[in-house]
Amino acid sequence: MHHNIPTIFAVKRYALHDGPQIRTTVFLKGCPLSCLWCHNPEGVSPGIEIVALKERCIACGECVIACPQQALAIGPAGSIDRDPARCTACGRCVEICPALAHEATGRRTSVAAVMMEIEKDRPFHDTSGGGVTFSGGEPLLQPDFLLELLQECGRRQIHRTVDTTGFAPTATVLEIAAATDLFLYDLKMMDSARHRRYTGVDNALILANLAALCRADHRVRVRIPLIAGINDGEDDIRAILAFLHDLPGITGIDLLPYHDSGRAKYRKLGMNYPGAALTAPDRNHTTTLLGIIRDAGFQASIGG
Amino acid sequence: MNSRIERLRRRSFEARPSISIERAVLETRFYQEHSGKHPLPVLRALCFKYLCEHKTIFIGDDELIVGERGPAPKAVPTFPELTCHSTEDLHILNDREMTSYRVAEEDIRTYEEIVIPYWQGRSMRDRIFRQVPAQWRAAYEAGLFTEFMEQRAPGHTALDGTIYRTGLRDCRERIARRLETLDYLADPTAADQAEQLQAMDIACEAAMIFARRHADLAEKVAADETDRQRRDELMAIAAVCRRVPAERPQTFHEALQMYWFVHLGIITELNGWDAMTPGHLDQHLQPFYDQGLADGSLDRDKAKELLSCLWIKVNNHTAPPKVGVTARESGTYNDFTQINLGGLKTDGSDGVGEVSYIALEVADELHLLQPQPSVHISGRTPERFLKAAARVIRRGYGYPSVFNTDAVIMEQIRVGKTVEDAREGGTSGCIETGAFGKEAYILTGYLNVPKILELTLNDGVDPLSGARVGIATGDPRAFADFDALYAAFVRQLDHIVDLKIRVNNYIERMYAKYSPAPFLSTVIHDCIAKGRDYYDGGPRYNTTYIQCCGIGTVTDSLSALKTHVYDSGTVAMDQLLAALAANFRDHEALRLRLWNRTPFFGNDDDRADDLMRRVYASLFTAIDGRPNTKGGVYHLNMLSTTCHVYFGRMLGATPNGRLANLPESDGTSPSQGADRHGPTAVIKSLSKMDQIRSGGTLLNQRFLPSVLASEKDLDNLGALIRTYFRLGGHHIQFNVVDSATLRQAQQHPDDYRNLLVRVAGYSDYFVDLDRHHQEEIISRTEQELCG
Repeated sequence: MHHNIPTIFAVKRYALHDGPQIRTTVFLKGCPLSCLWCHNPEGVSPGIEIVALKERCIACGECVIACPQQALAIGPAGSIDRDPARCTACGRCVEICPALAHEATGRRTSVAAVMMEIEKDRPFHDTSGGGVTFSGGEPLLQPDFLLELLQECGRRQIHRTVDTTGFAPTATVLEIAAATDLFLYDLKMMDSARHRRYTGVDNALILANLAALCRADHRVRVRIPLIAGINDGEDDIRAILAFLHDLPGITGIDLLPYHDSGRAKYRKLGMNYPGAALTAPDRNHTTTLLGIIRDAGFQASIGG
Repeated sequence: MNSRIERLRRRSFEARPSISIERAVLETRFYQEHSGKHPLPVLRALCFKYLCEHKTIFIGDDELIVGERGPAPKAVPTFPELTCHSTEDLHILNDREMTSYRVAEEDIRTYEEIVIPYWQGRSMRDRIFRQVPAQWRAAYEAGLFTEFMEQRAPGHTALDGTIYRTGLRDCRERIARRLETLDYLADPTAADQAEQLQAMDIACEAAMIFARRHADLAEKVAADETDRQRRDELMAIAAVCRRVPAERPQTFHEALQMYWFVHLGIITELNGWDAMTPGHLDQHLQPFYDQGLADGSLDRDKAKELLSCLWIKVNNHTAPPKVGVTARESGTYNDFTQINLGGLKTDGSDGVGEVSYIALEVADELHLLQPQPSVHISGRTPERFLKAAARVIRRGYGYPSVFNTDAVIMEQIRVGKTVEDAREGGTSGCIETGAFGKEAYILTGYLNVPKILELTLNDGVDPLSGARVGIATGDPRAFADFDALYAAFVRQLDHIVDLKIRVNNYIERMYAKYSPAPFLSTVIHDCIAKGRDYYDGGPRYNTTYIQCCGIGTVTDSLSALKTHVYDSGTVAMDQLLAALAANFRDHEALRLRLWNRTPFFGNDDDRADDLMRRVYASLFTAIDGRPNTKGGVYHLNMLSTTCHVYFGRMLGATPNGRLANLPESDGTSPSQGADRHGPTAVIKSLSKMDQIRSGGTLLNQRFLPSVLASEKDLDNLGALIRTYFRLGGHHIQFNVVDSATLRQAQQHPDDYRNLLVRVAGYSDYFVDLDRHHQEEIISRTEQELCG
């Protein structure tokens, strides 16, 4: 609904695991997938919502007075009640709250504003050989904005990484690829039925796009989130390797063991965490998988 | 580490600090007999000689490097000529919970009968406090500044490579030649010079006697030793002690023992702040290492063992106990011996050698409280060395701290030192820049900059005591705009700095006249050439530093005033003052607004960082270039050591939303929790300070261990450091520990005796810190990764 207004939900400086060396990672909002293990739930919906952090609220009532829609009230327990029917997410409460108890799940921005953020850590990118990473959400969901950012970074000679699910029209992927130095490309599993079950989408397009990127000579690093009992079987990995085997341009594979750092975010957003029962594979098993990948001739690592 | 080093380490680690009254009693006897018979420098030198002749000599099992300041490891002598502890002080030292020193009842009685009656009223501390003006005392008691010299001698120095090329016998010859050439007819200072030079000669002789007594004892112990290997070792020790410090060292072992005797001499003569520092020890030892390897007399393991022995020696030397305000602001066993590794050689080439790597290994394996290594990184420093240092940083001891050689050199060139002297210089104490072996760079005390803003907001009155300690600068409600407020702040600042310098200059003269340091003077250029004492302008360079604290707190407070009171006008000055006076009680919404809605220093936000630059410029104008009494000038330093906790306790609530009595920001770090955009933003903010115009800044960063887990993380840490240095940063140091671990350590201190954390410009055992310091470290922002 806000497709024409660029929307991001975070800019992370000194990001160390989102591509080569020290990076600034820009998280674009909105994602077509709904992975069970998603640790950035605030990045899934393309729109901006406002959440109340009740433990921060001091019940000063300033937001109640400021809200132009009269959508807010201090509830009987001394915490904020928001009437979702009235709230237009205008952000007035976010701006005014002294306790930072209202938080927007994203912000509208512009290419110029994002470039200013990226430029701040230029000296660190230069010294380390890092750069910028566009992540999400799914950055390809805002292709015009992303392309403009990538082209501007290109003009300024900033190394560009795009961290993607690959779930986008192939033409879009290839258009973005022309302005991208490196893809971090998520591959969850090869079985399409299970892929649908765990991520909400079929993987045929994802696999086709990966193949298209590789055939067009783009540099791609594959990332596999590892979730115990879901995709960490040796067969799961071997199936992925079999698919990658004939593709040129794969610079390596990262295994990303599941972590539950997203749990607190779900709580904050007032959402149930669908992945509450998930666990990471144990370290020895992950190392075994790493060995299998390396034996297949790929450069590989655990973590980014 | 081998089994010898393991045993020595364990004994050193487990020894409990105690007070030894031996030095005090010997000194008292000496003064009772000799005071008034000799010119003062000569009296001091003879007293030093008397101590060297009579103090108990200690050689412990397994030791290869020998010598203790006290009669045994961690037995700390007192210096009643500087500060005479009362019996009450001694009881407190014995009984207090944190950083206690065992004091025998019998010794307290002896102190009461012999030492106290003589020194009471004669000590430097008593004499200084008799002379300070009431205005100074009021400001001092309000916590506007501290005064280093009221109980320990000015020190803060380090050695260059001279003692590895010339023995004390050579020194005595130079002194004799100088005495012969004194021109009593044309030079009105000839007689004064003669006294100084005679004193230096006696001091050299004293140190030689001290070494000979070690040789004698080693031979005596060897005669009774049944273990053949140990007997040979003792005979080797004796042979070394017969050569150094009289002759220049010829082997790696002799070089280490040479340094150690000089170190001991300096800290026996007086208890100068920050003990003594060997400077670029790796560079000094490298030629001996190379030669030993070449002629087959040394191998890497042997060198490492010997270096470990020196490390343990330094650890045996607990800091002298402090009293009064100084004890409140600094409670640590650490005596701040900092060993510089890496850097540049005097000719500008890279200073890293194999000994640099060995020293890092020693620091890692021993992980003791002292000494604390620092690594010095220039554009020429190889990545391998930076990475080796990062590996030790990752271990979480809080060291090595990391310095920018190129900045340290530029800071010195700015103030007129030669390039060669600047390159041989480095940092000592916490982060203080100096020309090793050629400079007296005396720290005089900390300046509580946020407190100066507090005075400004109270028309010169200290709101905590109600006493007038500043000047009247007007009712802040009447200031027309932010610039008017800022102008009043600068007037208060100038007034307080004037007070501080006035008394500093007086104390400088006291030390120059009444407490010369002839032995220290012999090892610092150009004291012999000038015939002047270390405390009286004898060194080639003479700097006086004032250390400015709380730049984060004061910047954030000014930013809050500017943003809310002046720019938006949403908070009335009256309302803010009332909230501050009430320590924000019933003003929580306002406090949160100030804390959450103000641009703060440390976020790469020019709105705050420009204010930081403005305050820094005002501090610079108030301090830099003011003349001291030794032909040198004052410069500023930006460090707080642990004083930000004491200063915080003396400070009411501040406009940045900080509650009364909580710590101020430390060093040049942002306010605890105010930096919300990660380490690169902190570094960018810090880099906007023109650090080259300081004598050192201090940046603490706390990282979660997970941020430094992989090899790639270490590379990125290296890149982070290199970038800060490219941007002009002076120093950065890291705590690598998570809050959960620190909370565990608070609950189960016995399980965490070994847990070293970076406090300020040094590391300390976490469980030895008082609660305030523990909480302050936990409150520092943890730099972590996003998911």
